[in-house]
Amino acid sequence: MSTDEAVAAEETVADPGRDVVASEVAGPGVVRRGMRILGRAVLTEPKPFAIAVVGAAVYGGMTVASATVFGRVTDRVIVPAYAGGAVTRGTLALAVTAILGVALLKAVGIVARRIGATYMQVKLQASYRERVTRQYQKLPLSWHRRHSTGTLLAHANADVEAAFWPIAPFPFSCGVVLMLLITGVILVRSDLFLAAVGFLVGPAIAVLNWRYNRALEEPATLAQQRRADVSSVAHESFDGALVVKTLGRESAETDRFEVEARRLRDELVRYGRIRALFDPLMEALPNVGVLLILAVGVWRISTGDLSVGDLVQFAYLFTLLAFPIRAIGWVLSDMPRAVVGWERVQGVLAATGDLPYGSDRGLDAEGAAAADLVHVAFAYESSTDGQAGSPVLHDVTFEATPGRTIAIVGPTGAGKSTIASLLVRLADPTQGSVHLDGQDLRTLARGELSRSVAIVFQHSFLFDDTVRGNITLGERFSDKQVRAASELAQADGFIRALPDGYDTVVGERGTSLSGGQRQRIALARALTRRPRLLILDDATSSVDTTVEAAILHGLRDARLPATIAVVAYRQATILLADEIIFVDRGRVQATGTHERLLETVPGYARLVTAYADEAVRRERRRSDQAVQEAEAAS
Amino acid sequence: MSTTAPTLDSIDRARPQGAWPTLVRGLRLSPEFRDGLGLTLLLALVATAGRVIVPVAVQQVIDRGLRGPGGVDVAIVLQLSGAALLGVVVTSAFGYVMNYRLATATETALAALRVRAFRHIHDLSLLHHATEHRGALVSRVTADVDTISQFMQWGGVVLIVNVGQLLLATAVMSYYSWQLTLVVIVTFAPLVFVLRWFQTRLSVAYDIVRERVGDMLTAISESVGGADVIRAYNIEERTDRRISRAVQREFRAHYRAGRLGAFMFSSGELFAAAATAAAVVVGVLLGVDGQLSEGRLVAFLFLVTLFVGPVQIATEVLDQAQTAIAGWRRILNVLDTRPDVADPATAGGGGVDIPPGPVTLRFEHVAFAYPAREAGAVADTVLHDVNLEIPAQTRVAVVGETGSGKTTFAKLLTRLMDPTGGQILVNGVALTEVRFASLRRRIVMVPQDGFLFDTTIAANVAHGRPGIGQADVALAFTELGLADWVESLPQQLSTRVGERGGSLSVGERQLVALARAYVANPDLLVLDEATSAVDPATEVRLQRALDGLTRGRTAIAIAHRLSTAEAADEVLVFDNGRIVQRGPHDDLLAQDGVYAGLHRSWVAGSAGGRAPVAR
Repeated sequence: MSTDEAVAAEETVADPGRDVVASEVAGPGVVRRGMRILGRAVLTEPKPFAIAVVGAAVYGGMTVASATVFGRVTDRVIVPAYAGGAVTRGTLALAVTAILGVALLKAVGIVARRIGATYMQVKLQASYRERVTRQYQKLPLSWHRRHSTGTLLAHANADVEAAFWPIAPFPFSCGVVLMLLITGVILVRSDLFLAAVGFLVGPAIAVLNWRYNRALEEPATLAQQRRADVSSVAHESFDGALVVKTLGRESAETDRFEVEARRLRDELVRYGRIRALFDPLMEALPNVGVLLILAVGVWRISTGDLSVGDLVQFAYLFTLLAFPIRAIGWVLSDMPRAVVGWERVQGVLAATGDLPYGSDRGLDAEGAAAADLVHVAFAYESSTDGQAGSPVLHDVTFEATPGRTIAIVGPTGAGKSTIASLLVRLADPTQGSVHLDGQDLRTLARGELSRSVAIVFQHSFLFDDTVRGNITLGERFSDKQVRAASELAQADGFIRALPDGYDTVVGERGTSLSGGQRQRIALARALTRRPRLLILDDATSSVDTTVEAAILHGLRDARLPATIAVVAYRQATILLADEIIFVDRGRVQATGTHERLLETVPGYARLVTAYADEAVRRERRRSDQAVQEAEAAS
Repeated sequence: MSTTAPTLDSIDRARPQGAWPTLVRGLRLSPEFRDGLGLTLLLALVATAGRVIVPVAVQQVIDRGLRGPGGVDVAIVLQLSGAALLGVVVTSAFGYVMNYRLATATETALAALRVRAFRHIHDLSLLHHATEHRGALVSRVTADVDTISQFMQWGGVVLIVNVGQLLLATAVMSYYSWQLTLVVIVTFAPLVFVLRWFQTRLSVAYDIVRERVGDMLTAISESVGGADVIRAYNIEERTDRRISRAVQREFRAHYRAGRLGAFMFSSGELFAAAATAAAVVVGVLLGVDGQLSEGRLVAFLFLVTLFVGPVQIATEVLDQAQTAIAGWRRILNVLDTRPDVADPATAGGGGVDIPPGPVTLRFEHVAFAYPAREAGAVADTVLHDVNLEIPAQTRVAVVGETGSGKTTFAKLLTRLMDPTGGQILVNGVALTEVRFASLRRRIVMVPQDGFLFDTTIAANVAHGRPGIGQADVALAFTELGLADWVESLPQQLSTRVGERGGSLSVGERQLVALARAYVANPDLLVLDEATSAVDPATEVRLQRALDGLTRGRTAIAIAHRLSTAEAADEVLVFDNGRIVQRGPHDDLLAQDGVYAGLHRSWVAGSAGGRAPVAR
């Protein structure tokens, strides 16, 4: 935690920093758990795996065969040639054919293995990415709030990649195991003493591998965690680029990023140093094996139990094995990372807290809807532990009768947006219930509510899609419907002035449009659906007053068959409402018409007449000043 | 009048660069790679020597231990094996030290590279940020650097060792028989061309993979960022389909690159066999002529595997190198992108500081057009010939309809963008000459979107003035009349605001953003609809507080709530990218112009004709 303290020391107001879950280090049995992942992967993609393993087996077999050919060539061609015996052209041709034939099969094996393995790996990655992101769509917003965008991106990208990383060398290592078995059999059959050397070196490699991957476990996990931290700092920082610029915080942000980049570096260096130790050892072992074979083999030749050709073959085999035997090492050394990645992915897939849907589909298709809240209390889950925080709504009860327009009015931070989000069931109340047409929202089937209710958020989010796509959201609406809704939202004019009109791509988060334009597209999105309950959560805050007036008059004149709930400050909007719900500090303080509340509720009057009062105050001060100046002059 | 727009120096505009120049530039970029590289390479050379110990030992054993004059000699064989064993141990130790040094140097270099790219991305202007996908920018400092790390820590070592091995094997082979060495080299020569052929294609294939990964990340991050819209509109399935499409495209690109790699890797095998066969044939023929001993021929065949191994592994490493070079290229592209709004302190000249105190602003024929995506396109001019002087200590309100150029005006005077025509002077100095360190301290803008960092309210405010204490933050909120609001929060100033400030309402975010700018204590404060989501009573209170506090400094407020304009010393009215009216509120109201119209609809909207007359 020393880096955290360093950061804290730099700033008097300390950034509490991210809660790094360092304890997420994989426990014991990494290899066992890793093998289970591989097993599952094989069962999911048996065909490419089979192709890859057959390819690897052919490769392994041909590697052994090439050593045999090498031994035979030594015995039948080279030794006779040097012994002065004639080597026929036929024998030489046979040797060449054997060498080339074996190599060709080996090449075919490689192609099959690599294609199979690559297909298997990327296919599994793709399918798990889809599963993880699908799960994101299912999990409730409270779950989303607990995880940063960077973390969620890492689960879908880096973690999935890590989980299936060992898939690529896995079929290879299966082939190597086969190769080792064949070698073992050949060794045992030709010479028990040489076999003993092989059985000494083989397990030594296995033990070394095991130690290797135990040592890498912790740095691998931490590195993965640090990677996610680096990614989430970068994401947030680029997201807030405008603020970073306006406050000249580029250097401070770079320092913040550097802290994370250094922490990642430290883990990667630790990881690299462990590899630095084990890699030369892994390479030296087969060499030691060859030397042992030479020593033992010469002794066996001296006793007349072994031919020179056999010795050469075994020695050659060991040098050939030096490379592929490491495939086992690759699989094992990537195992800890894979297990961590897999478990994080599983963590997402197993996450619960989904808003359970009911089965009712009984909502009316036409006509304005009735909505009401009964004794609703709500608290947001804490972003750190998922426990309910302090309540933001207390005992909220009100009713919106069909066809009426209600305005939810209150000071900043009173809980208005929370009420709006409960009406579209982005969350369920912690106490009490929300109803549409008298039905508890929790009993409605999936998709049923959104057929009747549309919301326009305060902060309008646009997708990287065309304007049309942002309005229809992929549903089938005719051009006429889209145009009509856009006209009502006062958006048709500027949309048609865009380079490609409705087919203009708006870019990520709609950054190419102004705030007011984004809000109007979001409004058109809601209106196209002809909702029976329309919720406007301060949805015209960035729109010009004149345009806003046009929107409001349009909405009123269109006589939409809808109940409308607006969160608003402006009197013009408030005046359109049949009823006002005045909210302050999470409680409904008063309900009634604008006139009544203006007379009876001082808090409400202060809020809605603030501008007018201020104008009056300013006017009075000015005239006072003028009087004073006149007096001073006279 | 239409002019040709300047084009933006976009990050991935075609910068044709081969794999080799990219690699060289990439390495040159990080001095950490070079420091001590000599010693590391020396160690690598020794470690590589370990690779030929065994074949040489085999040759010696056969020639001296088995076929020696005294027949089979066990003692010599044991001596030779022992010596070789010692050699293996020593070279392994060198290998360890080399790997250790390389891992340290690599990661240190890459951490610095990450930081550098990160900084450069922040130095790029808002226009760049608007045209680039966030996910893609993030991947430049994460995934792209990771690919280099993988290559440098593993592939790079392997490459160095193998090149050394190749040279050493060639040397030993030449010592045994130059004729056979020639045969082997001639057989292998075509492989180089085959590999090059594959390499070019693979390079393209991996560039596509990286691009697809970026697209995929963008699609995923959008689904996370727009989660509430997706829920409210029940478009989970459509979102899934969009992501699926991106994922499947990545899958296909990746698989295609992998397939190409498979064929490339196997080609080495065929050439290796051809070389071995040729060596056997020629070796036997030469040997019969008494020019080559049996041990040497066998050792030679061992050496051919040492020759083949590196070439094979090199093809494997090339696979990885392609990915790394693609990553490197993407980072170089970032670093090569010229920030179009450059800090004079870094861009060669020294630049000047604005002395503390009142700020005057002067606009001379200022025009702005958004850069065209492609060269030669017609400019989208949003601001025309703005001439203006804002004296020190005045409070200016900027009004006009959406798209009239208000925000562009604000972005130009805070130098988030540079004008495409004319110039802006601050205290008589061209804005482009002012050092950012001075500029950003003296001129602060509060944007409409009150972006907050995922930390506490206090820490967010402290972004405005680093080193500020908790008490000062509390004081700032009190001075702004927001103490009550802070009190009402669950953990007051220590309340965490969530990602992008998501735990607060939009209005609350704006309050924090305002406090953040307030503690920065600038001489010119620019508010770009900074209180658009705040309730009227709070806004009026804020305005009064700011009025008192901005006395003695210059303040420019862009607002569509005209209450701000009523209080200002001067009002600038924008229409279609031009200033059409300017003057005090009362004067403008008296004229029958754009302002009077705006004001009418504002009064109708806010005061509703029902405003209580003075009480």
